[in-house]
Amino acid sequence: MAKRIDIKGLNLYYGRFHAVDNVTLSIPPRNVTAFIGPSGCGKSTVLRSLNRMHEVIPGATVDGKVLLDGEDIYDAGVDPVEVRRTIGMVFQRPNPFPTMSIRDNVVAGLKLAGVRSKSRLEEVCERSLRGANLWEEVKDRLDRPGGGLSGGQQQRLCIARAIAVQPDVLLMDEPCSALDPISTLAIEDLITELKKDYTIVIVTHNMQQAARVSDMTAFFNLSGVGRPGQLVEADDTEKIFSNPGKKETEDYISGRFG
Amino acid sequence: MIGAMSDPLGNSLPARRPTVRRPGDTIFQFLTTASGLAIVLSIVLIGVFLLLKAVPSLAADQANFLLSPNFVTTGGKLAFGIRDLFVVTVLSSVFALVIAMPVAMGIALFLTQYAPRQLARPFAYIVDLLAAVPSVVFGLWGIKVFGPVLEPLERWLNGNLGWFPLFANGNVSISGGGTIFTAGVVLAVMLLPIITSVSREVFQQTPTMQIEGALALGATRWEMIRTTVIPFGRSGYIAASMLGLGRALGETVAVLIILRSAPEPSRISLFDGGYTFASKIASAASEFTEALPTGAYISAGLVLFVLTFVVNAIARWIAGGRVHRP
Amino acid sequence: MTTTTSLDRPAAPQPFQRVSGARKLKDWVATILVGLAFVVAVIPLVWLLVTVITSGYRALMSSAWWTHSLKGVLPEEFAGGVYHAIIGSLLQSLVCAVIAVPVGVLAAIYLVEYGRGRVARMTTFMVDILSGVPSIVAALFIFALWIGTLGFQQSGFAVSLALVLLMLPVVVRSTEEMLRLVPQELREAAYALGVPKWKTIVRIVLPTAMSGIVTGVMLALARVMGETAPVLVLVGYSRSMNFNIFNGNMTSLPLLIYSELNNPTPAGQLRIWGAALTLIILVMSFNLVAVALSRFSAIKTK
Repeated sequence: MAKRIDIKGLNLYYGRFHAVDNVTLSIPPRNVTAFIGPSGCGKSTVLRSLNRMHEVIPGATVDGKVLLDGEDIYDAGVDPVEVRRTIGMVFQRPNPFPTMSIRDNVVAGLKLAGVRSKSRLEEVCERSLRGANLWEEVKDRLDRPGGGLSGGQQQRLCIARAIAVQPDVLLMDEPCSALDPISTLAIEDLITELKKDYTIVIVTHNMQQAARVSDMTAFFNLSGVGRPGQLVEADDTEKIFSNPGKKETEDYISGRFG
Repeated sequence: MIGAMSDPLGNSLPARRPTVRRPGDTIFQFLTTASGLAIVLSIVLIGVFLLLKAVPSLAADQANFLLSPNFVTTGGKLAFGIRDLFVVTVLSSVFALVIAMPVAMGIALFLTQYAPRQLARPFAYIVDLLAAVPSVVFGLWGIKVFGPVLEPLERWLNGNLGWFPLFANGNVSISGGGTIFTAGVVLAVMLLPIITSVSREVFQQTPTMQIEGALALGATRWEMIRTTVIPFGRSGYIAASMLGLGRALGETVAVLIILRSAPEPSRISLFDGGYTFASKIASAASEFTEALPTGAYISAGLVLFVLTFVVNAIARWIAGGRVHRP
Repeated sequence: MTTTTSLDRPAAPQPFQRVSGARKLKDWVATILVGLAFVVAVIPLVWLLVTVITSGYRALMSSAWWTHSLKGVLPEEFAGGVYHAIIGSLLQSLVCAVIAVPVGVLAAIYLVEYGRGRVARMTTFMVDILSGVPSIVAALFIFALWIGTLGFQQSGFAVSLALVLLMLPVVVRSTEEMLRLVPQELREAAYALGVPKWKTIVRIVLPTAMSGIVTGVMLALARVMGETAPVLVLVGYSRSMNFNIFNGNMTSLPLLIYSELNNPTPAGQLRIWGAALTLIILVMSFNLVAVALSRFSAIKTK
């Protein structure tokens, strides 16, 4: 299931704006990799390029390679829709589909891919909700709309929805930034559990969170005002937070800027 | 690898890479684009077909198309001009606009700035109901009920202000109220919901910061409106009025029912009768059998089409894409 | 005596400056005028409705009004009804909707989801222009194309075609507005699940915007149903029932009102006002359904 990702010479653009410059990075499987860095440094942009969500934005373009277990997801013969089935994503703000019940939200990916078998959908629904630590809370109201849940529950619903299609990789774009501390804790616990089965990449503003949940940390920074963002360094989380290789990283971690 | 292209500044930019497209996406995008283009095509077709059918009749026209006040298409003779149609159309529409603009401004301000919040919505709905009344009913009410009520006012204006050309004796009798004056007032009522709903939307968008800023400086409500809401919404309000003008120019049945046909050419008075472009066409619709006479009316329709096209394009240009028709 | 006035004056200056009389007066006058403007709009509405109701309600009381046509009814005799005209109005607008709604919704999807650059800008511009095309011009165009060039006869269907041109821009505008209200995040959530773009639009975006779209369609239908100019040009008047929209004369309520206008008998007058009231009821009920539907937002919270 879980696969490794190798980013090679990745450049990202929004129209003429060069957003991220020449990122090369390896992300190991069954690990949590955190992307940290100041606002606008391109960490979310890099994350979105890992499942080809970057190109959804009009005018956005990509140069370079992203290898998933050695296969370039940007190869001309690759269908972006298939890439996104393999690499799931959880967003900053919980975004359950408002017209669907909790159950339909969870199995939306399968249903829209044409899975009709009721028993299969039931089974996936329960397994995914259990996987997202949400089953006990919602099992009695699976037919109620997903929008009626609390913010933290909605975010776990979105995680359940993402893992229901059984991806190899799970991308999380600041999944806790809209949540209160207790919900955040629930999600962080969940991330630690999920890494047994998935390769997880998480973007976070919160350095304590990166330190708590991740095995590896990549620090991104702007090379200057109006200049593209770049990868400064990536290493074991413990090393980055205790003994970073670059002064820039140390300054950021110790709160001297950003 | 990808092909590189250059922007005008000479920086190389990555091109979009070739990628797999699903047949479903290709088909769906084709369907939607075709529907969008169908709308563009329909406008082009309207222009082309009206022109095609108008040209033979225009070629056979024995009168000056732009300057003749007559519209003769019967008895095997074609001698038609649009002068009077133009005069009556513009006179009734502009008169309607002159009445409707200040009232609509007042209503829009009332609904956005004065009415209590809970009542603003139902009040707005009441005004919108005016737009739901079919124009044939407006015409019916205009000639049978409202016209006779307006008649004394028309007589008074004609008697006391007759020296002013617009209030001079017209080419029809005022009795019964089948005049441009009545038609204009009824049109004004019909324009109210159009101008109001667009202006209301624009006035509502006035930044709260500006409003609070003005109030914080000690402005009265009216001073606040004059210094923030009206300047902010002016272009939208003018665009809304142009949209209303477009609607008035093309209004058919209400005008057709109200206006009395005139025995002689227009005197450019509000107490004239006669036909607008639209009502002239509608009045002759049952006689559209032979190509040449029909083409005469189609050429009048073409002029109306161009007229409304220009007015609507100006409205859009003023609004800068900020305002949409309700 | 005036010596006490200095004692009446407060010791300290007032904390708030009084608004000067002139400014207050202006504010007051503005308030009155603005309120009056609203009243001015309400007067004709109420007057018109009262007129139509009082002059026409008697016609609606007879049961034949809703179940019979005017076939064989003499001009001066009050009998029969407007069943044929109601059916005509409904048929013509429904056929119009069947064509206009899919095209309009698809065009709106193009503008919101796909349209970029010059073609999209031109389409938006043309939608605005189309919404400003007078109904008589739309009718003339269909006449020139459908009857003058393609050689078809006048029919209810020709009316429907002209109505399509009038309904399209309204459907496009309202659908476009609703689609733009659907958060981008929902689209991204679907893409991230590996749902193709077209399926995302059809299964996620459209259902979310559905109630708003239906509201827009109902409002457009209400507008189209009251149109008179196209029926004057494109179809003949008939006093009897015709269910065939493709063939023969077919009466709608506006056409009935216009055609009976020159019947001066009391029976004719009652028919006109009765038909006007029926038409208003029909149009208003579509409006009310639209308003009611708009309250059912797709965003369920409970």
